[in-house]
Amino acid sequence: MRIPCPYCGLRDAHEFAYLGDATVKRPDPAAPGAEDAFHDYVYLRDNPAGAHKELWYHGSGCRSWVVVARDTRTHAIAGAELAREVTP
Amino acid sequence: MRYSVLSLLANALTGQKSWKPAWRDAAPKPSYDVIIVGGGGHGLATAYYLAKEHGIRNVAVIEKGWIGSGNAGRNTTIIRSNYLLPGNEPFYEWSMKLWEGLEQDVNYNSMVSQRGVLNLCHTDAQRDAYARRANSMRMSGADSELLDQDGVRAMYPFLDFENARFPVKGGLLQRRGGTARHDAVVWGYARAADRLGVDIVQNCEVTGFIRDAQGAVVGVETNRGPIRAGKVGLAVAGSTSRLTAKLDMRLPIESHVLQAFVSEGLKPLIDGVITFGAGHFYISQSDKGGLVFGGDIDGYNSYAQRGNLPVVEDVAESGMALIPRIGRVRLLRSWGGVMDMSMDGSPIIDKTPIPGLYLNAGWCYGGFKATPASGWCFAWTLAKDAPHARNAAMRLDRFRTGHLIDEKGVGAQPNLH
Repeated sequence: MRIPCPYCGLRDAHEFAYLGDATVKRPDPAAPGAEDAFHDYVYLRDNPAGAHKELWYHGSGCRSWVVVARDTRTHAIAGAELAREVTP
Repeated sequence: MRYSVLSLLANALTGQKSWKPAWRDAAPKPSYDVIIVGGGGHGLATAYYLAKEHGIRNVAVIEKGWIGSGNAGRNTTIIRSNYLLPGNEPFYEWSMKLWEGLEQDVNYNSMVSQRGVLNLCHTDAQRDAYARRANSMRMSGADSELLDQDGVRAMYPFLDFENARFPVKGGLLQRRGGTARHDAVVWGYARAADRLGVDIVQNCEVTGFIRDAQGAVVGVETNRGPIRAGKVGLAVAGSTSRLTAKLDMRLPIESHVLQAFVSEGLKPLIDGVITFGAGHFYISQSDKGGLVFGGDIDGYNSYAQRGNLPVVEDVAESGMALIPRIGRVRLLRSWGGVMDMSMDGSPIIDKTPIPGLYLNAGWCYGGFKATPASGWCFAWTLAKDAPHARNAAMRLDRFRTGHLIDEKGVGAQPNLH
């Protein structure tokens, strides 16, 4: 599996560390219902069989966080963008 | 027909003509008291114990492929009860006790072989941790033994004891641990459940759930038509999130791929199970002679039953660091299974917030050894509508309440468990 790092180009997945689902968003700890929101954020996942947006860290490369679009059934990668450029 | 020496002799004398199929290939009835989704070891064991322990025999196990076609056929067949935490260890020790009586109980040769599971330690700190674990095991009635380097040398003289980075200092040995024949476990439970009246329905894929006006689950939609049920239990391992997505239920589970490997057949070389404590590597030898081994999960969400090469390399390196003499052994096959990795690395056997729906999931890559106790506890939970003391900690809401069972203490990061 090779990941198209937006900065470094096509690189082996071995150079990256995996964090997980890129669609979960850290809730506001001061908002009402923050306890439930944090439970959902920390623990619950859609875990889809199919298209998945996920965070990889290019630790052996440019050290950027990358959001990769990958199919969990085939491992086919549709694209990747720098996490800081992804609008949540 | 009950299998015995007499039945073997009688069939040998009559040309092996009177053997019957070990279980019926049942067609689904319109309704059951309990439907178990998933015809793997856990699902079939659940159906068996529902019928045997609780007298609930109007039960169907429905399986989208053939029974045992998922992770039950994709593991490294190790059985052990060497866990640390009080939420886990009594459960796994109960599983070990059930393994010990399994063949007599279900009248099927599951080839349970208590050949010993040895976890190696490579540092003083690791030895201390194993001493703690060994004591914890004993408190739950399991056996445990700490070996020094000489003790390990007497068992396996070919390990790389003086490895510069990871010298073998000793190990934690559970003599009652070992291996079982994974397919025979599935077939044994299937046959025993079938004999008690359980319907085993293969090639029957769940496509949705039937809900009543209050939202309770009262059956399943399948490619072979709707089947109604008093209770529905899910035991589908890596596919759990796919099914609960049909109910808009999100779970503390990620599906990951775990690879395992078997070598060409060899003469007897390793007579127990050895695990490398400095990397993640475990190895045993099957009765056919192949070395069966594996390591870490690949570490990313996957429903593909295959992995990638970096983990193959990592596993091979770990094996070479521990047992240099396997370097010339040729790999015969590798395969991948989809693991339901939970957020704390421990399983869930519980009711769900949806009435009528029960959940058996989150086995990570340790489900095989748990098969008997998982079925036993899930059957209890289904029958009594409440967990048994042995699975009382394996709650679905523990992530909300903070009562995690995190053996490794690495937090909510499934690919680190």
